[in-house]
Amino acid sequence: MSIGHTLLGLLESGPRHGYDLKRTFDEKFGQDRPLHYGQVYSTMSRLLKNGLVEVDGVESEGGPERKRYAITDAGITDVSQWLAQPEKPEPYLQSTLYTKVVLALLTDRSAADLLDTQRSAHLRMMRILTDRKRKGDLADQLICDHALFHLEADLRWLELTAARLDQLAKVVAP
Amino acid sequence: MIPEGSLLAAHDLRKTYGSTPALDGASFSVHPGEVVAVMGPSGSGKSTLLHCLAGIITPDSGTITYAGRELSAMSDAERSALRRSDFGFVFQFGQLVPELTCVENVALPLRLNGVKRRAAERTALEWMERLEVDDLGAKRPGEVSGGQGQRVAVARALAGSPKVIFADEPTGALDSLNGERVMELLTEAARSANVAVVLVTHEARVAAYSDRDVTVRDGRARDLEHSV
Repeated sequence: MSIGHTLLGLLESGPRHGYDLKRTFDEKFGQDRPLHYGQVYSTMSRLLKNGLVEVDGVESEGGPERKRYAITDAGITDVSQWLAQPEKPEPYLQSTLYTKVVLALLTDRSAADLLDTQRSAHLRMMRILTDRKRKGDLADQLICDHALFHLEADLRWLELTAARLDQLAKVVAP
Repeated sequence: MIPEGSLLAAHDLRKTYGSTPALDGASFSVHPGEVVAVMGPSGSGKSTLLHCLAGIITPDSGTITYAGRELSAMSDAERSALRRSDFGFVFQFGQLVPELTCVENVALPLRLNGVKRRAAERTALEWMERLEVDDLGAKRPGEVSGGQGQRVAVARALAGSPKVIFADEPTGALDSLNGERVMELLTEAARSANVAVVLVTHEARVAAYSDRDVTVRDGRARDLEHSV
């Protein structure tokens, strides 16, 4: 995810402090991976240097100085361009799983066991996400569904590969 | 041999159709209130396992124990009575009686167990409410959508206060949104009523509603989480 674009987008509704930006980001997008303060401030200095944000005011209120950032017109254009540009579809052509399966076949280890163990790990994760989805709000449901569909795709591949192991063994045999 | 605390357990089941082995030493167990998914490719023997566990077909060999009783030691009549009193069923489709209204369908297991019509329909409506289909009571199965019909079928499976529900591809004919809602309602209702669920499915997203899964491959059931 582009943290810079996301923080810029959050600024479109009005100026905010770095701390406020971090809190909003974590709340909306960072459930599993909250931002570090360092990330927020280094990102904001980069955006500032590139003219995408400006300092809207500085407050201290007896403590350390806190900058309030506002998005510039160039920043708004940047967010629009980012949103309009499609994300590159990930083809996942270099799969660790495929490598492991082939290596298992080449070294006379059980590729079927490897696939079954992976299958079980995937299902365990799907169970955790399904539970989180059941207890969560719509945002949680959509985030979990995205992950669930990807895991499901992996599982289908695991099934298909398990069914074709004999064929694959012949193809990769030295 | 029988896992401690299990309600229904099978050990070393074998079943052959002609010369084709459907089950080849399958073992399985489920605890009260537990949802176990039985997964596996088509033709792996998962439906045969479900039918054996439910006492619908008899395995060639192996043991099935339900609440301390051996299924193979029961007569056909005893097994039928057990299915009526303790088991509920949900299938992929075609399970509701088309001539009856939805509430009459849900009340059916209770009526077969001798409960009077008004009391049976009152209980049926309570379950229909849990499954969010209480407004369909007067409609016939042909007049409701696939997703609604499946919720009615789940309500019917639960209405007879079963100890175990056998669900064979219960969402197979539904789109993913409806299928997930049916799974959510089925597992929630079963867990809160301490009903065990044996869920046959080939869909991982459906299996993810379970507490545990076993995979049937070549007629053998594997429980990876408990064997590793």
